[in-house]
Amino acid sequence: MTLKTRLLATSAAIMIATTGAVYADGHATHPVTGETLASDQTFTYRDLDESPSIDPGMAEDSAGGDIVRDLFEGLFNQDAAGNLEPGVATGYVVSGDNLVYTFTLRDNAKWSNGDPVTAGDFEYAWKRAASPALASPYSWFIELMSVENASAVIAGDMEPSALGISATDDTTLEVRLSQPLPYFTQMLTHYTTFPVHQATVDAFGSDWTKPGNMVSNGAYVLTQHVPQEKLVRERNPMYWDNENTIIEKVTSLVINDENVALTRYLAGELDRTDVPAGQFPRLSAEYPAQAMSVPYACSYYYMFNLRDNGPEELKDPDVRKALSLAIDRDIITENVLAGGQKSAYTFTHWATAGFETPDIPMASMTQAARNEMAKDLLAQAGYGADNPLTIDLVYNTDEAHKSVAVAISQMWKQTLGVETTLANQEWQTFLEARSNGDFDVARGGWCADYNEASTFLDLMQSASGYNDSKYVNPEVDALLADAKTADNPQADYTAVEQIIAVDTPIMPIYHYASVKMFAENLEGWPFENFQQNWYSRDLYKIAK
Amino acid sequence: MLPNPSTVESVAAAMDMAELRGRSLWADARTRFSRNKAAVVSLVLLILIGAFAVFGSYLTTHERDFIDFSLTGRYAYLGVPSFETGHYFGTDADGRDLYARTVQGTGISLMVGAVGALVAVTVGTLYGATAGYFGGRIDGAMMRIVDILMSIPFMFVLILMLVIFGRSIFMLFLGIGLISWLDMARIARGQTMTIKNKEFVEAAHAIGVHPAKIILRHIVPNLLGIVIVYATLLIPNMIIFESFISYLGLGVQEPDTSLGALIGEGARNMGNGVLWQLFFPLFFFVMTIFALFFVGDGLRDALDPKDR
Amino acid sequence: MFIFVARRLAVAIPTLLILVVLSFVLMYAAPGGPFNSERPLPPEVLRNIEAKYGLDQPFWKQIVNYVVGVVTQFDFGPSFQYKDRTVNDVIAQGFPVTLTYGFWSFVVAVTVGVSLGVAAAIKQNTWLDYLAVGISIGAQVLPNFVMAPILLLVFTLWLGWLPGGGWNGGQWEYLIMPVLALSTSYMASIARITRSSMLEVLNTNFIRTAQAKGLPMRRVIWHHAMKPAMLPVLSYLGPAFVGMITGSVVIDVIFSTGGIGQFFVNSAFNRDYSVIMGITILVGTLTILFNLAVDILYAWIDPKIRY
Repeated sequence: MTLKTRLLATSAAIMIATTGAVYADGHATHPVTGETLASDQTFTYRDLDESPSIDPGMAEDSAGGDIVRDLFEGLFNQDAAGNLEPGVATGYVVSGDNLVYTFTLRDNAKWSNGDPVTAGDFEYAWKRAASPALASPYSWFIELMSVENASAVIAGDMEPSALGISATDDTTLEVRLSQPLPYFTQMLTHYTTFPVHQATVDAFGSDWTKPGNMVSNGAYVLTQHVPQEKLVRERNPMYWDNENTIIEKVTSLVINDENVALTRYLAGELDRTDVPAGQFPRLSAEYPAQAMSVPYACSYYYMFNLRDNGPEELKDPDVRKALSLAIDRDIITENVLAGGQKSAYTFTHWATAGFETPDIPMASMTQAARNEMAKDLLAQAGYGADNPLTIDLVYNTDEAHKSVAVAISQMWKQTLGVETTLANQEWQTFLEARSNGDFDVARGGWCADYNEASTFLDLMQSASGYNDSKYVNPEVDALLADAKTADNPQADYTAVEQIIAVDTPIMPIYHYASVKMFAENLEGWPFENFQQNWYSRDLYKIAK
Repeated sequence: MLPNPSTVESVAAAMDMAELRGRSLWADARTRFSRNKAAVVSLVLLILIGAFAVFGSYLTTHERDFIDFSLTGRYAYLGVPSFETGHYFGTDADGRDLYARTVQGTGISLMVGAVGALVAVTVGTLYGATAGYFGGRIDGAMMRIVDILMSIPFMFVLILMLVIFGRSIFMLFLGIGLISWLDMARIARGQTMTIKNKEFVEAAHAIGVHPAKIILRHIVPNLLGIVIVYATLLIPNMIIFESFISYLGLGVQEPDTSLGALIGEGARNMGNGVLWQLFFPLFFFVMTIFALFFVGDGLRDALDPKDR
Repeated sequence: MFIFVARRLAVAIPTLLILVVLSFVLMYAAPGGPFNSERPLPPEVLRNIEAKYGLDQPFWKQIVNYVVGVVTQFDFGPSFQYKDRTVNDVIAQGFPVTLTYGFWSFVVAVTVGVSLGVAAAIKQNTWLDYLAVGISIGAQVLPNFVMAPILLLVFTLWLGWLPGGGWNGGQWEYLIMPVLALSTSYMASIARITRSSMLEVLNTNFIRTAQAKGLPMRRVIWHHAMKPAMLPVLSYLGPAFVGMITGSVVIDVIFSTGGIGQFFVNSAFNRDYSVIMGITILVGTLTILFNLAVDILYAWIDPKIRY
């Protein structure tokens, strides 16, 4: 045998070995559903932009979160419906005062280099995330979880070692809270709480997240990362539940332009992409099995500037209410966006866990009745054809925001005779203008940090740093403070939403939907998951 | 409407008569220009496009900002161009009349192109000719300034203009003007360096003509050929660049629009079966650029001092 | 000549320094900052981050620190946006990509553009001229944000010949569409400048004399007309080459090539100060070098030119 043929023979043997070992001639079946699996188990999807970081302690955007959830595993995961499911932790006990959580960790969890995953790795990761030395933009998440001393550690008043987390032994982790938090365990599926391998971080410093350096404990390991182009992760054989992982290789491609991404999806290069605004009806008619729209945990709203030096006209709640009434939200959701979004009359997203959408009078009126009422309110406030109301509406440059703003300004004009000056601004300029109060009406969007109504309504607190309207109402503050400890906070939330509907510091416009195209043979997507937290190891491709 | 050839010829004939009575520089140029049929036709076309931008809005009952909400979201089949609905060019993705928007956008873009070209031609040419003529340290300093301005993150200049002066159409033109002259300055300087060694310049220099006069009378006219060509190249870039300035929030704002913005929107919706949204604005853009090219070519031939 | 080049290179250093200071001032004066987002950071978190990146220092000290870091260690600092990497990482990854497709675009634009321009000039007012002019205007008026999606629709979706984007280390099939989309408008400009400049040269006395002496046209063009006709083209090519190799955002955005153009624009939008500075210095250096190269070529083409 010559050298050349021998080489060929060995590589052929390897190919047979690898493909054969995993899926014998492509007729493997799904262990639970019994569906025939495709021989090609790769998943390629589009990301809008390069994520700022894929270090669990530093990650700050949802696309980065998707990647981190594949590479790392925290104490808990979410199942397809968003419920908790064991991750590295198998269970926990909580003290009688609801302040001390003790987690039991599984003993078979391993890092990709074979080291065991221990409670100490979590302790290290949390202290690292909160430490001023790392200066993570998400360090506030540790504070949001009410972990003992988190605020002091972040502020630099205490050493990170004082943080309320400690490993009792390798499989027992204790977390101490500064106040009871009903949804604490929900927050443990968030990437900021994921473990980090200290030896790797010590060895490589900030380069530890590069392929080849990174040691991770998730179902996948990082194999290739070209910023602004792609990130590839492949099956982690050390993962404790590796035998149930079906997708072999996951590739995220950075494609900025959503129309380009759609073209590439249609050319078969992608298994998942986003549907551009307004194109869902056409795509769902042409590809009914591929175009999907599910509720997504964000609310879109317009805020009024209620600062003392803000516009006088908008200090009158009736004027604000009139403007809110005159917005035909159904046109925005059904015609402008047309992607399964829902008209919003409450700030809290309708699909938020445990939240019952309260009765808002405006919600049950017809648009004709709303328009009548709006006209009356505005006339009573003294505005009309001879004294038209003029408004500066500011939004950040974006096609969809533009369409919404243009439509709303026309609704105000056609119904109320209000003259709107539209001003789009580049993102950073916009943020600055909004926080400085250089606007009459400004666009806002808010996404849930966790699946509970307070993640939205806390914005209405007078002191909230995110309250760009500068809406002040002590009653709302009191209700929201009460909700933090109440057994059933729904009554408080209902009251707050009703007050907002009367005061109208903001105009809720719609509740987001996640509108995407999914390859026909891709199965296992957690459509029911409100925060759209998905894990590649739950996905699989079936044979056609 | 295009002028028929006989009119063009009779104009030319009249010019020939004028020639007999004495030839001023401009009359001379006019004659040569009018002999160039492509240039004359293009000039008429440009005037027509200008008229479209100014008077086009009288031909429709639709307003450029009015949204017909019965069309929003259904524009792909209800918003097609049609004379019955009065939407000659169809509607845009928001349900607004595209004809009215194209009229308005053409106007803005023509102005942007004119301002960009004007600044480039005057500032760029004079700056470049001065640097090239004097050479040495003056040239060095002037060209290093251009190097710096070419490399500076221009976006921040625009954002600061927005923050300091606020939003206005004048700022848009200032922004266009600030950037449009740089390349022209380099080209004019390069040409000047060869021209200044020519006999006629050296002669003028020798008899003590003032440098400013040499630059204006002897150098600039000899630069005109390349300057005009480059200006016609610059205009489409400026018209497109406008949409970036507007993206930052400095320039044209909704419900106003420009050809750049309309073309961008049309290109995005291309895969969506609404090609008219790209076609109409692109058509006016292309026509303008074509016309400018031939007018520029005609001007160049007409003004070329070497042909005298 | 040597002294001239040495002097220009010496002047380059203060020029770059002025560029750095000016850009710093502009950047910091613009509203927003690298750590602003829809969700404003709590003040203590922001303080930690600013301390980490040295943004809590006085303004002048930040510039000095920056310049010292660049000069002594060639360290352009960490990216403020892409927290896992440094500016050197960003440039080392993005610049070779842009350089590759920029270089090929340049080659295509110059060869096709000059040939078209010369052909059109020699055969002025014939069908060849009109064809060349038609092609070049056509290429000019299709902005690359229109051109690129059309290429994508045709070659990726309908014909399925080429991948719709990505770079994959610069394999040829990933290179074709970026080069096509980037080179066309430059090609058109070069063709038109060449045509006009060649026409002018062909009208000058020395060419007429050469023709009158009965030299063959080809020889007249190549030996006499080409060099002077290239002068204005060269002036254009200096900045154009820098433009091409520092990339076009549109190309990077549409074809996901991961080049420097997209990083530059994104960093400006994100106020990623360190990346903006790094790329600005890169662009500034290239601009200075290529304008110098153009000046040297000038002197070579027209020996009468003195600096």
